[in-house]
Amino acid sequence: MAAKKKTIRTIPQERTPMREQDPQERARNFSEVACGYLVEDALREADRCLQCADEPCVRGCPVGIDIPGFIQKIAEKHYHGAYDILTDTNLLPSICGRVCPQENQCEGVCTVGDTLEPVAIGRLERFVGDMAIQEGWANVPYMEPSGYRVGIVGAGPAGMACAADMAKAGCEVIVYEAFHQPGGVLKYGIPDFRLPNEVIDAEIDKLRRLGIKFECNTLVGRLFTLEQMVTEMGFHAVFVGTGAGYPSFMGIPGETLNGVLSANELLTRCNLMHARDYPNFDTPLKPGKHVAVIGAGNTAMDALRVSLRLGAESVHCVYRRSRKEAPARAEEIHHAEQEGVDFNWLSSPIEILGDDTKTVRALRCVRMELGEPDESGRRRPVAVPGSEFELETDMVVYAIGTNANPILGQTSKLNLNKRGYIAADENLATSIAGVYAGGDIVTGAATVIEAMGAGRKAARAMKAYLGLRDTDTIFEPQAAGTRFGIPSDQHGFARVHLA
Amino acid sequence: MSTFEIVAREDYSPVTFMLEVRHPMLAKAAKPGQFVIVMDSEHGERIPLTIADFDRERGTITLVIQAVGKTTMEMQQVCKVGTSLYAVVGPMGVPSPLGHAKKVLCVGGGLGVAPTYPQARALQEGGAYVIGVIGFRNKDLIFWDDKFRSCCDEVIVCTDDGSAGIKGTVADGIRVAIERHPDIDECIAIGPPIMMKGCAEATRPHKIKTMVSLNPLMVDGTGMCGGCRVKVGGTIKFACVDGPDFDGHEVDFDDLMARLKRFTAEERVARERFDENCRMMKLADAATPDTGADSELY
Repeated sequence: MAAKKKTIRTIPQERTPMREQDPQERARNFSEVACGYLVEDALREADRCLQCADEPCVRGCPVGIDIPGFIQKIAEKHYHGAYDILTDTNLLPSICGRVCPQENQCEGVCTVGDTLEPVAIGRLERFVGDMAIQEGWANVPYMEPSGYRVGIVGAGPAGMACAADMAKAGCEVIVYEAFHQPGGVLKYGIPDFRLPNEVIDAEIDKLRRLGIKFECNTLVGRLFTLEQMVTEMGFHAVFVGTGAGYPSFMGIPGETLNGVLSANELLTRCNLMHARDYPNFDTPLKPGKHVAVIGAGNTAMDALRVSLRLGAESVHCVYRRSRKEAPARAEEIHHAEQEGVDFNWLSSPIEILGDDTKTVRALRCVRMELGEPDESGRRRPVAVPGSEFELETDMVVYAIGTNANPILGQTSKLNLNKRGYIAADENLATSIAGVYAGGDIVTGAATVIEAMGAGRKAARAMKAYLGLRDTDTIFEPQAAGTRFGIPSDQHGFARVHLA
Repeated sequence: MSTFEIVAREDYSPVTFMLEVRHPMLAKAAKPGQFVIVMDSEHGERIPLTIADFDRERGTITLVIQAVGKTTMEMQQVCKVGTSLYAVVGPMGVPSPLGHAKKVLCVGGGLGVAPTYPQARALQEGGAYVIGVIGFRNKDLIFWDDKFRSCCDEVIVCTDDGSAGIKGTVADGIRVAIERHPDIDECIAIGPPIMMKGCAEATRPHKIKTMVSLNPLMVDGTGMCGGCRVKVGGTIKFACVDGPDFDGHEVDFDDLMARLKRFTAEERVARERFDENCRMMKLADAATPDTGADSELY
């Protein structure tokens, strides 16, 4: 290929937009908001990648996908080749292309992004993943049976990633899931308009084709213990990826009123249990007419946007810091604003008021202002005296994070840290030999791709523990973002000095 | 893994029925006080049911169900021996702490009689003197009194109308028992919230530790949704993973009862819709001439 050398001036300057449903229309349906790239969109966007030598995007990816490689294949119209490169490191491109916070990861460090808008890596990944689902591509590598049995606890993103790597290493893999369907947070948490169920099912089918078995309706810890898995049940190694999932409340008065619920409950009823199709499905929800959601992370955005789609007349986001500190992806906040969510920045709830039927009537809040930075580096919000106000609401949703789920701690000898999460060393090994853990149950609530990264990291350690040769290339982020000793803030260095 | 096949069924009254479900692993793991979550169909809701009994040799668990809502009414119709439930997951919850109490009151009210039974049996096997107090609305609704007699040293039956045993609620039964045995050192009470509240009030003046099993609404049963929040001793607990057993003297029953009414309107609609569907099906059946075995030809 004697392609002309691309420069920042010769590539398409504008990032290729992705078609989206009209905000007014989509705020009332559960179809996907972002419609994905057409072939010509993808080719144009692939052309924006400079194929730079130092590949900062690969370092920015928690699983180290060969991003320039797969984009080059798209540019060559060799889409199956792009899929092959993606699935070398990430079996679930359709999911990650949709839900990764790319602006903080690959796209955040993209060389093009220094001057123009970064290459839309996530959208390209989704394009390839969706094409694979449509065309029925599946890469089933040659797997030599290793004779080892591996048990995975939790069929969410961490467990799915770990299962895939262990299956590719020739292990017999069984994934246990407490719910009646696999997918974890992808199924119960992330709503259809961000990640359609068909996409999840298609990606899980790919895992099944690797020989992975999913056993649902199985509550590990209570039906059998982790210790039983590694002893009498004959698992040579076990990975725990159960997620954080024990929703936090604030402890303000009125939290047990009817109409107060966690975002997890709202989303689970709506997504996994299909309460939005009630009464065709039996699970009720009683959607609010005026909904207040506390928090401003991705889960809060999901709860807000689900409430709109369930027919709420007004939907308020209540967050004690300002928009700048909001942990949600920029795109999610933008979408929520477009759809008509009312944002109450710098507002903190102090009491939930109920009527005589013990049902929510209003949320009492106080205005905040930002003071000195706290230990997280964000400016600490301080209440403004006398600034209390009431939001009329019939549903209050808590989306302020989760604590560690206590079941495995209650039922095994696993060492926990002081916040109740599973204590794991740098290889994600726990205090029980052969048992590894990763994802939210180790780190606390994080992102889907970070959980998948943890699942893959644990898989590598498990392979080493079982004495299996590690044929997968896994990118290991280096301390302080350096590579070959070059700090990440000089990521143009390698291109300039080595090219 | 189990297919959740129903191997036995018995009807105790027009609304109460028992299902025995094959699930050998679950039967092996279950302990008194724990519950399962059941879905009767793919479109169904997840409902928590206390494990009323388990048989490790047969590899089965027993559920006693009252047909009061749409799901349980549907189960009453479709759950026949040989059919399977869509999903059964468990055992969930912290097993009841069966301490070293020497003389224990085991109190079951209505449907609560069933989950009280394995506790009474376990206590008796542990060497305690067990006094069973079971209460029903009338004598026709009585079930499992024979099972209680087999594992209790004394059984007091109470009926609201006096048609069997003493006339009154289980709280009255508790007072009778305490009069006879001033040295009772623990009470376990399971039943509707209003009954458990009555029991806690009956034992409070005597400072008898009273454990109750709470039955709030839940979705997953694994601590993930928080729908089962209950107020115990002024703090919030999740009944699914912190309970379901709590100290009855600490529980805010009024809060629990208000929370149980959360979906009353939706439940009524679902029930009416279900009744209407049943009626239409019956009409359709009646309108179709019975062709017997010939129908297979078409």
